[in-house]
Amino acid sequence: MKVHEYQAKELMKARGIPVPLGRVATSVDAAVAAVRPLIEETGNPIVVVKSQIHAGGRGKGRFKEHPDVGGVNVVASGLEGIQAAEETVRELAQKMLHSTLVTVQTGPEGKQVNRLYIEQGIDIERELYLSVLLDRATSRNIVMASTEGGTEIEEVAAETPEKILKAEIDPAFGLLDFQARQLAYDLGLDGPAFANGVKFLKVLAKAAVELDADLVEINPLVVTKDGQVMALDGKMSFEANALYRHPDVAEMRDVTEEDPAEIEASEYDLSFIKLDGTVGCMVNGAGLAMATMDIIKYVGGEPANFLDVGGGATAEKVAAAFKIITKDPNVKGIFVNIFGGIMRCDTIAAGVIEAVQEVGLEVPLVVRLEGTNVEIGKRMLDESGLDLVSATDMKDGAQKILELVGE
Amino acid sequence: MSVLINQHTKVLVQGMGKTGTFHTDKAIAYGTQMVGAVHPSRAGETERYEGDTDHSGVPGRDDRYDVTLPIFRTVAEAVAETGATASVVYVPPPFAADAIMEGAAAGLELIICVTEGIPVADMVVVKRYLEDHATRLVGPNCPGVITPAECKIGIMPGYIHSPGRIGVVSRSGTLTYEAVFQLTNNGLGQTTAIGIGGDPVNGTNFIDCLSMFNDDPATEGVIMIGEIGGSAEEEAAEWITANMTKPVAGFIAGTTAPPGKRMGHAGAIISGGKGTAADKIAALNAAGVVVAPTPTDMGQAMLDAMG
Repeated sequence: MKVHEYQAKELMKARGIPVPLGRVATSVDAAVAAVRPLIEETGNPIVVVKSQIHAGGRGKGRFKEHPDVGGVNVVASGLEGIQAAEETVRELAQKMLHSTLVTVQTGPEGKQVNRLYIEQGIDIERELYLSVLLDRATSRNIVMASTEGGTEIEEVAAETPEKILKAEIDPAFGLLDFQARQLAYDLGLDGPAFANGVKFLKVLAKAAVELDADLVEINPLVVTKDGQVMALDGKMSFEANALYRHPDVAEMRDVTEEDPAEIEASEYDLSFIKLDGTVGCMVNGAGLAMATMDIIKYVGGEPANFLDVGGGATAEKVAAAFKIITKDPNVKGIFVNIFGGIMRCDTIAAGVIEAVQEVGLEVPLVVRLEGTNVEIGKRMLDESGLDLVSATDMKDGAQKILELVGE
Repeated sequence: MSVLINQHTKVLVQGMGKTGTFHTDKAIAYGTQMVGAVHPSRAGETERYEGDTDHSGVPGRDDRYDVTLPIFRTVAEAVAETGATASVVYVPPPFAADAIMEGAAAGLELIICVTEGIPVADMVVVKRYLEDHATRLVGPNCPGVITPAECKIGIMPGYIHSPGRIGVVSRSGTLTYEAVFQLTNNGLGQTTAIGIGGDPVNGTNFIDCLSMFNDDPATEGVIMIGEIGGSAEEEAAEWITANMTKPVAGFIAGTTAPPGKRMGHAGAIISGGKGTAADKIAALNAAGVVVAPTPTDMGQAMLDAMG
């Protein structure tokens, strides 16, 4: 589960990790009202107005409705005083709020900005990179750092891998002092920034593990002119399986950032991902569900979704899954591909029949059933009188649905 | 011959909830030597299983089973009383990591964890704990392990398997069933089929299984089924190039998966351009693995690999 920058910073701040002062705003007036207290409290005449969406590349992003406005804007009140800054923030907020921000990560359709974060300006001396994430090869969390802050870390890794610093976190001991010191040396920190950096690294590593974050990325991590080390940006995502022990984090979920069909599916405990194609798929098992999308592409079609009904699904869940698929106007045909293990073929058949009786079926349907109770499932479908085509195996099914969809 | 489990393997079940109870029945019907259960709140009780075996009517095999399993407070007590060397874990996600570590502390040789949804941080701790123990963990989030006609530990449907010559190792449950069923239908059969699970942190990886199959005289070839996310398939490809003496066929799921999205399995995600199906297929091809273009072709790919 992803959270917004301002939420990530709230979590960091609560754990003693230095972040700039800021206020979140969902209205133009609230954005304007944030300016004066920030400037007066920090003594810094600069504020930054940042779009809050679940995607990176905001600084270089542009609004569809206002191509001259970027996703992150620096406002300096300078000699004209706070009032001038407030007016500038008002103009910006009017353009940014509820407009569509397009960044390298949002895709061309962009994302609507519903929240702004108004943050104090910082006198930056250096920009660094820092993240904590799982290294799957070693089954350990690692701290990854680089002197190349502010740029995409994948680019740094590809072009100058020697500039990527790593330290492994032993789950029995956490990040040890000497490891944090080594990272701080290698990042070129000295003076007060060295001590602050070591502390930052230790606290962040601890927080990331304790919060069950699957990624914490601070890019840039900044060193200020007075030697402070601070998270200028903050990106956090959390492992869904561990949210039960972090109710405060779970509450940060922003459903407006998610696809409505995916939200509906998650309410039924279905694993669903919307895609752009025309062939809807309903499958049991994640691997088989992926492979079903692949085989549709392989025979020349485009999958409309990933859908794993899971091992323990009931007929009601299967019916819900079927309805979610048929709701997508792009879907020109449906391929049900089941290899029953725990999931019995008769349960699938009952769910499909129930869904079709309830919502009708306006597109071709191909069903491939194999495994537990396959004969009962096939008989149920035959006797239901549903207009469907049976497939002998998944390749046969993919070819048949493609013919019926007519592509 | 087989790897990991056979007809002599004595198995405990950890977690006698609805799922554990159901699949224990199926395992006994298949012929698995289930010898006891661990479920603290039900300690001292017993659970009786009876019914027709899966091999009713087969000459020399029992038509019926009637087994009463004792339920223990701790794995250590269960091991001491029953002589079990393996366990299967159906404990719910918040408590599963502890169940695995308890099994390891009790000296179990093999723990197969079916539970899906264990927090990664818990599994990181489990992996660290297992470094100091001789226990092999398979899973979590896996269908289990089966040596056909001998021992079934997990949730796979028994009847699609048949004893034979091919080892199967897979990150996906249902794709394992696809492969196994094709091997049953084309007459190759299986020595042992191992589901290593769909989580990013797991106990046993492809290389562990390839190595066991390579050393097993009865195994003549291996099908390995991977998917997007991580680099386990690429590492396996390197190992195959250096060590594997038997033909390997494969399949990789997720060619059409969009980057940055978790495809059902916690571990199935392309992040930062890494872990794509294309990279994995290229690595396997370079190692001489015959990669099936679709799951329907896995059985044929194995035949092709065997020449």
